[in-house]
Amino acid sequence: MTVLRRVGVRVAWLLGSLLLASFLIFLATNKLPGNIAQVTLGTNAGPGEVAALEERLGLNRPFLLRYVEWLGGIVTRFDFGQSYYTGAPVSPLIAARFEVSAWVIAFGMIFAILIAIPVGSYAAVRRRHLDGIAVSALSQVGLAIPAFWAGIWLVIVFAVRLGWLPAGGYVSYWDSPLDWIRHLILPVASLAVVQASVISRYVRSSVIDVLHEDFFRTARAVGWSRIGALWRHGLRNIGISLLTVIGLQLATLLVGAIIIEQVFALPGLGSALLTAVSGRDLGIVQAIVLLLVWSVLLINFLVDITYQIVDPRLRRRAEAA
Amino acid sequence: MRRSRSFVGMLLALALAVTLSACTRPEPKEETGRELNIGATAEPTGLDMITVPGAGTPFVLLYNVYETLVKLDSEGTIKPLLASDWTLSDDRLTYTFSLQNQAKFASGAPVDADAVVKSFDRARADSATDSIKAKWAAVADVEAVDVHTVKVTMSRPSNEWLYDMTGPAGIVSDPSAVADLNTAPAGSGPYTFVKWDQGSLLRLAANPSYWGTPARFDPVNFRYYADPNAMNTAMLSGQLDIISNLTVPQSIGQFADSSKYTTYEGTTEGEVVLGFNHETKALSDVRVRQAINHAIDRKGLINSVWGGKGTLIGSMVPPTDPWYEDLSQAYPYDPAKAKELLTEAGVASGLTLRLRVPNLPYGPTAGRYVAAQLKEVGINVALEELDWPRWLDQVYGKHDYDMTIVAHVEPHDLSAFAAPNNYWNFHNEEFNALLVSADEGTEAVQTEDLKKAAKLLSDQAAADWLFLLPNIIIATPEISGIQENQVSLSFDLTLLAARS
Repeated sequence: MTVLRRVGVRVAWLLGSLLLASFLIFLATNKLPGNIAQVTLGTNAGPGEVAALEERLGLNRPFLLRYVEWLGGIVTRFDFGQSYYTGAPVSPLIAARFEVSAWVIAFGMIFAILIAIPVGSYAAVRRRHLDGIAVSALSQVGLAIPAFWAGIWLVIVFAVRLGWLPAGGYVSYWDSPLDWIRHLILPVASLAVVQASVISRYVRSSVIDVLHEDFFRTARAVGWSRIGALWRHGLRNIGISLLTVIGLQLATLLVGAIIIEQVFALPGLGSALLTAVSGRDLGIVQAIVLLLVWSVLLINFLVDITYQIVDPRLRRRAEAA
Repeated sequence: MRRSRSFVGMLLALALAVTLSACTRPEPKEETGRELNIGATAEPTGLDMITVPGAGTPFVLLYNVYETLVKLDSEGTIKPLLASDWTLSDDRLTYTFSLQNQAKFASGAPVDADAVVKSFDRARADSATDSIKAKWAAVADVEAVDVHTVKVTMSRPSNEWLYDMTGPAGIVSDPSAVADLNTAPAGSGPYTFVKWDQGSLLRLAANPSYWGTPARFDPVNFRYYADPNAMNTAMLSGQLDIISNLTVPQSIGQFADSSKYTTYEGTTEGEVVLGFNHETKALSDVRVRQAINHAIDRKGLINSVWGGKGTLIGSMVPPTDPWYEDLSQAYPYDPAKAKELLTEAGVASGLTLRLRVPNLPYGPTAGRYVAAQLKEVGINVALEELDWPRWLDQVYGKHDYDMTIVAHVEPHDLSAFAAPNNYWNFHNEEFNALLVSADEGTEAVQTEDLKKAAKLLSDQAAADWLFLLPNIIIATPEISGIQENQVSLSFDLTLLAARS
């Protein structure tokens, strides 16, 4: 099978999954028990208001038609529908919230990688020494800590006790770059610490594998230092498996960010989702859930594709089959 | 070895960066002085109180950005605001309001009779929410007599109407405002709207041309927290001056240090009601309902469910209403008496009732407590937790339940028991007649009749009023003027000041 063909099959799978996910999300939010309009408006709403909202949202029209229109709006115009409550379009809201989540997730991942590679390599190279074992044990501990727990402790220490950093909230970069950084440090740190533990363990085991490879021994024999040989040959070889891990972790980071946004009162997608769920604004709920699910599917797809293209061994195996 | 040293160096640099950024932080409140940060949980869903329902909007805008002809003071009494005074005709059908001469909107336009009539017409129009329109149901006509006089003609006398004019239904907005009021509120209050970052912050600034006592804080930030614990840590770390309502009373201990925090405990309008379905056969018998009232130790319930905070009321009236009467001892905790009443009613054994509670903060815990206590007197309780939409659909909408627990937070909601299709299936002609005569009568008659109506509910054991939700506010000691009791929908900034 050619690379192109295999990519084609995967794209088809991706499109199918995206479509199925959108259908299930729309189905679930629309077929939940209870009259959506009554649920949205709450106890104070009179029958007139309920009927008016049903009319405005088109809830009295056929389900499939509404689904097709909703999906069509997203695909053709990036129109994610409207808030069931205020009738305002959801897309600008999502765009504003996405900015916050994107920064937290991106910085969380970047710092996690920056910490994980040296820490993991160090733990591998020094694995028979006390300090290497200690680093390894420490990352095991980090693995067991949920990000929100780390967040709560960081708040207690750096915000409540020391008063160095704000306990929560968000300031846009354009309003004040310094405040923007100060508000991002703790949430990013709590995500990065946990992610770094996960990734550093992969780095450690991959590096250990590399240390036993022939090319590594050769490099050492021609005079490279251990660190130098690792830098020159090792990291390139663990790159691919690291990429997979990072891709998978990005998906868990999305979920972790939802909780972290609550802890730090960040106005991101996660907190928008929770507010919408508690306020039963299903228009916003289905838009954000769709965006999250699609992101996870896309990330997995990209990892898969890159893996296929980059790793010649996989290519050969697939061609043999 | 060299590598490991550079790694340690990198860590040090990272630590230094954090420390440096901490050192350069701006001093929060000492320096800027009169900036005020208020933590809140219920965010507005839109900014136009006339077309968007919900309590989040008036909380921020009422009395602060928008003003009304009359307002509620902290005792719950109706006082003049944009109207310097008003008269009521002898037949109680014509209100004549004289407007403050110097009042003007933030835009500089005068608050005249024309602006009032336009605002009131907007509240009566179809685009207004049902609940706003309902408050105008007793009004036949609104007209401008001259520039500073407005006449309101009623189709029937109504005390409740003037009271409702102190709330969102009575706000006067700037008719010269060109932008959409749902995104850019325009009123005559001491504050103007600056911006709303949805999900995070709503900012008000002092209105420099305010006609009355000028604003004491500038700017004022309402900061929103979906998670009450995040709000608590923001207060603990000095990001907030006020927590406007502590919704987790169990966490009040965090603010015990009186040198840093002042705690205010007052009442709200939120009655937590153990409601009975009067159409359930057993519960249609007043003796069974009274037995349940005797069987539950409400003091114990508050202690276990709501951190000991809350008020015992015994009927559908909070202590801040003029017709409040303490009926909390009408059915003292007395399991023996409860058993006696159940025997009289012929249901001493084998009675099973379905208690369906919404999964709101108080629901499931209160439900378990009630179930345990009713078991003591021989009533089996099948407890079921419903998420809020299902509760609304099945309990509130379809009346499919025997007992339920929910908080009723609207002011003056005694009338809920008179609504034609109320979810308790409570129907009592005498009660309905009392409400009508209270609305149409003089102030004295109103107080008298509503007292009787509340007593009637208690005598009938129409429900079991478990407790009144507390209003717990935390503030730094330098803030004064905090209202302990939440009597209106507004978080009234005009009462606040900073001790310096």
